[in-house]
Amino acid sequence: MNDMSQDGYVTEDGRQIGGVMMEMKNITLKFGGVVAIEDISFDIREGEIRAIIGPNGAGKSSMLNVISGFYHPQEGEVWFHGTERPAMKPYEVARQGVARTFQNIALFEGMTVLDNVMTGRLTHMKSGLLSQAIWWGKALQEEVKNREVVEKVIDFLEIQSIRKTPVGRLPYGLKKRVELARALAAEPKLLLLDEPMAGMNVEEKEDMSRFILDVNDEFGTTIALIEHDMGVVMDLSDRVVVMDYGKKIGDGTPDEVRNNQDVIDAYLGVAH
Amino acid sequence: MLFRTAGQFKTSYLKDQTLFPVRQDAILLGIILAFAWVIFPLTASEFTFQTLLIPVLVYSLAALGLNILTGYAGQLSLGTGAFMGVGAYACYKMITIFPEMNLLVAVLMSGLFSAFIGVLFGLPSLRIKGFYLAIATLAAQFFLVWLFEKWAWLYNYNASGAIQVPHVEMLGTPVAGPQAASMTQYYFVLVVVTLMTILAINLTRGTQGRIWKATRDMDIAAELIGINLLKSKLTAFAVSSYIVGVSGALFVFLWRGAAEPNLFDIPISFRILFIAIIGGLGSIMGNYMGAILIVALPVVLKTLPETFGIPISSATVEHLNVMVVGALIVFFLIIEPHGLARLWTLIREKFIIWPFPH
Repeated sequence: MNDMSQDGYVTEDGRQIGGVMMEMKNITLKFGGVVAIEDISFDIREGEIRAIIGPNGAGKSSMLNVISGFYHPQEGEVWFHGTERPAMKPYEVARQGVARTFQNIALFEGMTVLDNVMTGRLTHMKSGLLSQAIWWGKALQEEVKNREVVEKVIDFLEIQSIRKTPVGRLPYGLKKRVELARALAAEPKLLLLDEPMAGMNVEEKEDMSRFILDVNDEFGTTIALIEHDMGVVMDLSDRVVVMDYGKKIGDGTPDEVRNNQDVIDAYLGVAH
Repeated sequence: MLFRTAGQFKTSYLKDQTLFPVRQDAILLGIILAFAWVIFPLTASEFTFQTLLIPVLVYSLAALGLNILTGYAGQLSLGTGAFMGVGAYACYKMITIFPEMNLLVAVLMSGLFSAFIGVLFGLPSLRIKGFYLAIATLAAQFFLVWLFEKWAWLYNYNASGAIQVPHVEMLGTPVAGPQAASMTQYYFVLVVVTLMTILAINLTRGTQGRIWKATRDMDIAAELIGINLLKSKLTAFAVSSYIVGVSGALFVFLWRGAAEPNLFDIPISFRILFIAIIGGLGSIMGNYMGAILIVALPVVLKTLPETFGIPISSATVEHLNVMVVGALIVFFLIIEPHGLARLWTLIREKFIIWPFPH
């Protein structure tokens, strides 16, 4: 790895990356006899775009699920903002400021785009049932205040024209964007993207890449993403973790990873 | 033309979030409320009150409760009848223990008992979903009806095993019991139903509504964006059972006047489920439409042949009713799974752009 101090580093395009935000220490995750993740350690730094790549079945999504608290590793520690995170329920992790999107779109189909994005604000809403039932006081203030935040996100992702459309009626590419909007509405510290470009055409990929870079640039959101499109990964990310069969086989800048013999072997195969 | 929305601009988020962003909807509701509050009571006969107006309100309230659980939070329940029973018996016990108690307070409090029981039987919902949960709530149905029968304290050791509504007065007017006038009872029910509807509308359109709908549509995603699923489901069970319990209390105190345990058996649970399905799951308005259909249908089937002079026995009407309701349910499940409410939404959308097709 290049000259990385404890306080961060400067990327090629001149962005200052901060200290460690999340650190995975010796994570091992098993499902019965199947070892999905074996003794993997890596860190995600403040303001960074961190990619996790690897062939199918490498354990990338499992890794993301460990970060978002959906799976609990049998061994290893997850450190977040300098403290060890105990085994938490996914909703508690979300309240700590970790938001995510899903490989297979997981939107609330029966609700409008606006309502879907508003659910992203739930971690910021605290009004009681009674106040909501009479639609007065705190609940009403919250509704309007959060709507303003949501509208900013809707503007940012250019989905104003569909805000009152039920999500079920939208085409695939837009659904992906709405999902990103929902995650962004939470104003996360760490944004996890599980294959944000899957199934998209070139134009949609370009749009999505632009949004990801803009999110990182304008809000300073730290992003960890899984992606199969190598062109996208190499262009977007600051550092890349490469996994294969549950093991980490490479970690570093895109250039370092590209020239790593293990990585080349994993992707192209080796002669036996 | 009537529903043209052109020229109605919203300049603040507050205005955009009002209940009726389209002015015509508010006018339409105003007309309906005028009918419910003024015109119906003034013109209705004793028969209309007892067979149409009061039952429609009571059933729609029960369906509203079920709809919050099934239509909004996505938890299937077959225990509605039993939860109505809990409300009814709770109200009966409160009124007989404290005869001086205000009936409105008693009715509103009886919901709390069924909410508590509802939460207890909702606990399995975190582990089981769909049909399996329906079976779990069926357990509530059988157990509670059995309890109503066996626990003599509940019906004050009455020899008949039934509860008989005592004479209750409010502000010097009899509201429950044999001496109560139908119009008084109708207004009492209408007040409660209106109040519950307003609360339910607000809950379902705000934060809690979004939490419920998220739980219904995609529970894994809901949990990962910060929703505590257990809390969401149990809140749905609590609010739903509360409303169902209140409707149960109204059912016995303001309409039937007496109740045996088997009144709360599975047929009434199904009846309310049908109302919710025909009206439209996930809709508030649908409950009223469904209740009107289910309650009015037998009456119409009975009176229509009479007015045309066709002799038809009441037994035939009964059978005809069952057949028509069955056919309607099949029809709706095929044609419009979202019920009468969705049908109205589609018509309304057509009206807005009329006379243009798009």
